[in-house]
Parts: sequence; structure tokens; C-alpha cells
Amino acid sequence: MLDFPRWKVWLTIVTMVVGVAFALPSILPPSVTRYLPDKLANTKINLGLDLAGGSHLLLEADVRDVAKQRMEQMEEGVRTEMRRADPRIEIGDISTAGGELSFFVRDPRQVDAAVEAARRLTTGIGVTGQRDWNVAVRDTNRVVMTPTAAGLDKKINDAMNTAREVVLKRIDPEGTKETTVVRQGPDRILVQVPGLQDPQQLKDTLGKTAKLEFKLVDLTADPAQVAQGNAPPGSQVLPYPDDPTGVKKIAVQRRVMVSGDQLIDANQNYDQRDNRPNVDITFDGQGGRRFARVTQENVGKPFAIILDNVVISAPNINEPILGGRAQISGNFTVESANQLAVQLRSGKLPVALKVIEESTIRPELGAESIHKGVVAGVVATIALMGFMILTYMRFGVYTTIALFLNALLILGAMAIFNATLTLPGIAGFVLTIGAAVDANVLIFERIREEVRRGRNTLAACEFGYKEARSAIFDANITNVISAIIMFWFGSGPIRGFAVVLSIGIATSVFTGVTFTRLMVSEYLKRARPRELNL
Amino acid sequence: MRPIKLVPDNTNVPFLSYRWWAMGLSITLLVASIALVAIRGLNLGVDFSGGQQFRVAFAQPAQVDDLRTRVSSLGLGEASVQQFGDPTKVAIRMHLPDGDKDATDKAVATVRNAISAKYPDARFDNVEAVSGKVSAELLRTGALALTLAMIGIALYIWFRFEWQFGVGALFTLFHDVVLTFGFFALTQLEFDLNVVAAILTIIGYSLNDTIVVYDRIREDLKKWRKMEIEPLLNMSVNETLSRTIVTSLSLILTLTILLVLGPDVSFGFTAAMLLGIVIGTFSSIYVSAPILIWLKVGPNSFVPAAVAGVNERNVKPEGFIK
Repeated sequence: MLDFPRWKVWLTIVTMVVGVAFALPSILPPSVTRYLPDKLANTKINLGLDLAGGSHLLLEADVRDVAKQRMEQMEEGVRTEMRRADPRIEIGDISTAGGELSFFVRDPRQVDAAVEAARRLTTGIGVTGQRDWNVAVRDTNRVVMTPTAAGLDKKINDAMNTAREVVLKRIDPEGTKETTVVRQGPDRILVQVPGLQDPQQLKDTLGKTAKLEFKLVDLTADPAQVAQGNAPPGSQVLPYPDDPTGVKKIAVQRRVMVSGDQLIDANQNYDQRDNRPNVDITFDGQGGRRFARVTQENVGKPFAIILDNVVISAPNINEPILGGRAQISGNFTVESANQLAVQLRSGKLPVALKVIEESTIRPELGAESIHKGVVAGVVATIALMGFMILTYMRFGVYTTIALFLNALLILGAMAIFNATLTLPGIAGFVLTIGAAVDANVLIFERIREEVRRGRNTLAACEFGYKEARSAIFDANITNVISAIIMFWFGSGPIRGFAVVLSIGIATSVFTGVTFTRLMVSEYLKRARPRELNL
Repeated sequence: MRPIKLVPDNTNVPFLSYRWWAMGLSITLLVASIALVAIRGLNLGVDFSGGQQFRVAFAQPAQVDDLRTRVSSLGLGEASVQQFGDPTKVAIRMHLPDGDKDATDKAVATVRNAISAKYPDARFDNVEAVSGKVSAELLRTGALALTLAMIGIALYIWFRFEWQFGVGALFTLFHDVVLTFGFFALTQLEFDLNVVAAILTIIGYSLNDTIVVYDRIREDLKKWRKMEIEPLLNMSVNETLSRTIVTSLSLILTLTILLVLGPDVSFGFTAAMLLGIVIGTFSSIYVSAPILIWLKVGPNSFVPAAVAGVNERNVKPEGFIK
């Protein structure tokens, strides 16, 4: 009991000092923290949205969309590959029905070559040697390609990673807001923007995939047929909400002349002629050359600017546009032009995202929760301290010091681990404070018991700590078990609770057992009391 | 100055003699809770029921009836309007319209406008919309986390003690959780994800109590090998009584202050915890201990059979006065 090795004393003190130092920036006002070293002052606890206010959106990707796109890309790939093969492989009756891609090879002698060519289009996944598509021959001259589940999963995973980056760039292009954009599960993205009160614009920005395409308007199409939604072969009818003719539909050629993938920049600007908002775009070298060639060849013809399969505008090409810079004009406001610029700059979302959960909390509500929580916390702490001191006198004082340090250590550890404090987290906080009190109560009651049995003060303290240990240990381990399970299986608030609980268990055992023991042993060593005031 | 002693030094309350009464009470409460949940149901928050919810603060006390008719007449389905926290605040809950996300946005805007038109000073503190898919998932993962946590804990106790103690702890947890559900069905306080966290806290507290008592029972079983199980359990409960009282009181003190002064949003949650302390204390004495009698825990529970014979000559204590 008395012989605490020197290193253990120092370790305890150092841990306390470090923990408390990291807790300070979160509880002291900024006017004080600015005197702290930068690294320390910036290590603060994040407040969850329920406390800080802001918007929370849970987005879900349409996974079927990824599968569909993949099928389309493969179809395009097969056509090109067979054309490029030497000698050229004639194929026909290409079909994507029933979740598989199949085509007919006209010359039966070319079937092997076709399979070979198709295999080249597939890629391996991981180390297992599995491919993302299976290629087989059916009925002697029909090649069948089936997407494998692992291949699709990988594709979805890649798409979601890209989507996460695009979302982040769209919400926070400058990287200045404390935005959280994290993937959740296989097909979801969680977005949290502290302080944001109206998520409508955010949702508008995220709702578009921003697939930008330039296509030539099909002038041969019969306007009456277009109004019916029918287009000549090789063309398609797209919605055109700002159509000056009032039809709100337009026929364009299917072939994409230039696409948004070749874009390197987009900015909101004003049209020099009529001062209306528009969007300036800049293409990369290849995109710029294509854009130049297409506009050269089609002077005088209308060129459709298409975003997410909706025609924004279809201006006439007055002169060849060289130099890789162009303007998108349309019926824009400054905001909508800006929004489009952000969307184009951030790139195309590889998959459409849908909002499936949304919550907005006004900062006032969060501030009220914090304020009331702090007041209640302070009053409760004082009451608890009073109670412990009245019950255990000197030992009660030790407990309250330990409790106080425990609270600071939890905050410090949370700041170090960059954990987020939420309302359920505060519950976890209360639970660990409760558990810490319990550990001390167990020890002190045990000491009282040992004293009653006639042990001297030193032995009673020794036994008190020793005998109470197994109950404290079991109680804390079971809480650790539930914290781990909650963290694995729980979501959102439950996880926040689990994090605080795990941190709190560690710190409360440390302060409630090790630290009070250090204080008790110091007291016994110095005062050598004959009787314990306990 | 002597410190306060809430429990006299050598208590000798025959707790276990009342176990039949306590069991009757427990079973009555269990049945009542299950019936309440089955009949009245839980007042599920949007987290679990799906739909949209607004928390609105007004300058004057809210006109709950007026709001209800006003919002229900929007053609978006029946709205539930409840006072929440102080009289100026309400929570409005309603179903989410079917269809794409635009339909949701439109519905949110419609409700907002309808309320702002009549009450220009209304402040929308919190707007939430949860799709049915997510809410079903949250309910499932919440229930799963709760169940697995209970099973994990029981397994641990089985390893550390004996299987009877594992069963006892599991049943105690089950008892406490069911009673808490019953409380929420009775009061119709909103049941949301935060409350699940509160229930997990209750499990934590209740377990602390149970483990402290079990730990002492194990110790006494090893020490008093010839003693009858009932007086032994009584002795263990009495020995840990002052700890139980001090800990429970300090927690009740803290939680009562949180309940009165704490944020409105955490009211249901704190109430649940407070109730949990009371139930947990009761169950650690009257549920977890008597189960050991019925599961036939005896002096040999912690000693291998071969060693047990050697200990036959242990002196049987006179009662349990030390």
C-alpha cells in the first residue's frame, strides 16, 4: 500500500498533467486559450450537431444505377474492341437483357478470338485471381459476359469513394468549413455541416450528378414528332425547359461531341453582351481541340449544352471556338450559375445520390442544450462532492479530486482522439462518473468493514483496495463489453455513447483507483493516523 | 467530526424472506409492462418510425389544438402535435409523403409556411426527416446492439463466476429493460435513439449493482462453506447494503439535478436513467440474488468436487454475526 514505486508516481502525475492540458482548450474561453501553444489550443472536442446546431444529411446511392452504367460501358467496350480486332470480328444481336451481356459472332471460326478480345476487357480483383466479368460461350457462337458480384462490389466501392470526394468538393470547395463527409456502409455517405441552418441549397447542389455533355441538335427531326417524344434513328429527345419555341423538348444527336470529363475549370461570370450570369468553362488540351474541331465543322448550327440529360441551352455556333474556353449561357440567376460552376468544378458524381435522412438543428437549440447541460453538470458535481465529503470526510475529498480530474481527463482524451461529444455522449459521461463514484464507495465501504473487523488503519486500507478490486474489475469489464458491442452494431448516437463510455471507463479506473490510492498512501505515510475518519 | 453513516454498521435485514412478495411484484410489473407495450405501444420518435418532425418554439404558449388542425388540414396526413419542454415549445410529427426527395422537400416547406403564416415569430429549432428504410434499419441495429450487449455480458459473467450467475445477470437485465419499456409505454415519453443510449446506461448501472452483490456472494460462499444459501445471500446483501445505498443516492442526486435543470431534449432520457437506478437497485437484491437459490447455487459452486471433501470440517458459523 505504502510503497508506490517512484516511476509509478511520476507516470500518474504526467498522465494527469497531459490529460488536463488537452482538456483546457475545450473548456476555457478563447481569450485565455490564445496564450496556449497553437497545437494545444487547436486540439478541441468536436461538438455533435445536436449540441452545435447544423445540418445532417444521409445520402444513399442507387446501386442499380452503377450496375446499369457498367453494363452500358461494357457494351460500348465490346463494340469498339471487336471493331478494332485484326481481323475485324463481325458481331450482331448484342443484348443486355437478364443481367448479362451477350452477342452473336457471325463467323464461327472467330469465336475464340472474340472470347479472347472480351477477356481483355475484364480486369482482376484483388489477389484471388477472380475477374470482374465471367466470359463464356453458349450455343457454339454466342459469347456471354456475366458481371461477378465481387466486380460489382469493387465498382460500387470505387464509385462511392469518388462520390464522397465530389460531395466534399461541392459542399466545401475552399475547405474552410468543418464539414464531415464520411462513407457509411457500402452505399451511403453521411454529410454533416455545423452551423448550416437551411440545407435546401446543399441538397440542390448534391442532387445533381452534373454530367455535362455537348451534343449537336438534330435539325432533320420533324418538330411534330419531337413534340410527341419521337426522334429519328441516332438521335434522342431531351427535355429543354427554357426552350424559346415553347415545346420544352428538343432532338439531339446521340453522339457526345465533348463531355464534362474534359473540363478543368468552371466559374460563374457575366455575359459581355447582356450582362446576364453565365458559366465560363475551360477544357483540357484534348477537350479543347475537340471542341475547336466540332465548332469549326458546324458553324451556324445549334449546339446543345446538356446537364444531367436536360438541355440547359442550345445556342448557335457563331464562329469556331478555339483556345479551349467556352461559355454556358442559359436562364441563370447568379446563384444558379454559381451552383452549376461548383458542380462542374467538383466533377461528375459517378452515381446519383438520394437524401434518406435529414436533420437540421438550430444553433440556438444546441446552445440552450449546452448551457442547461453545463449548469446542471456544475450543480450536480457540487452536490455530489458535498455528499461524498459528508459521507467519507477526508476520503470524500480524495474522491472529489479524483472525480474532477476524471472529468477533465475524459475531455482531454476526447480532444486527443478527436472524438465528438453528443447528447448521448453526455449520458455516457454521467455513467462513467457514476461508475467512478461507485468504485470509490466500494473501496471505502470495504475499508470501513476491515476497520470494524479490528484491523489497523494501514492494513484496513490495504485490504480495502485489494478486496474491492475484483468487483470493480468485473463491473468495468462488463461495461467495456457493452461499449464494444454498441460501437460495432450501433449507429450514430449509440456510437457516440460507446466512445465516451470506453474512454470514461479507462480514465475512471485510473483516477478512482490508482490516483485515490496514491493520495491515500501519501496521507498514511505522512500522518500515520491511528484512526481513520471514514 | 464523524462522517455520516447512512447505514448502521451491522445491518441484518432479512431481505430474502420477502422474496416471494418481491417476486410477485416483479412478475406483476413485468406482465403490466409487456401489456402496456402491446396495448399502448411506444411513442416512437422519427428515428424509429420514419417521417418528419419539427420542433418549433413560439413567443407565447403554443396553441396545440390550433396547430394540430392547421397542420392536419394540409393534406399531408394526420399530424401529432405535442408540447415539449416548456409550454412555448411543441414537437410536430407526421408521415413522410411517398415519392422522391422533392416530395419530402415540398412537404417540409408546406408545413413551415403554414405555421409561419399564422405565427410569424415561430422558430424552427429542429427539422428532421427520416425515410422508412433508415428508421427500420435503426430499429433493427438498436435492438441488435441491445440484445448482443446483454448476451455478451451474461457470457462474461458465466466465465468469471458460474453459469447460474450468468443466467441470473441476464434475467436481471431483461427484467430491467422490460420495465423501462413499460415506463415509456405508460408515460408515452418519446422513444428515440437517445433513449436506447439511456437503456444501455441502465444496463450498465443495473449490472454494476448485480456484479457487486454477486462478487460478495462468491466471496462469502468460499468463506462460509457450511452455511445455508438463504442466510448467506442475506448476509452478502447486508454487507454490500451501505455501498448500494451510498452509490444509489449519489446517482439519484446527480440525475435529479439533471432532470430539473438539464436540457429539455434530454428529459426522457434522464427520467429513464433515474427510473433505471431504482429498478436496478431493487432487481440486484430481489431478482439476481433469489435466482441463485432457484438455480441451486451452493457452497460447492466455486470449489472443485475433490477439494470440497477436504473442507468438510470447516466450522459452521453461528448465524452470520461477525
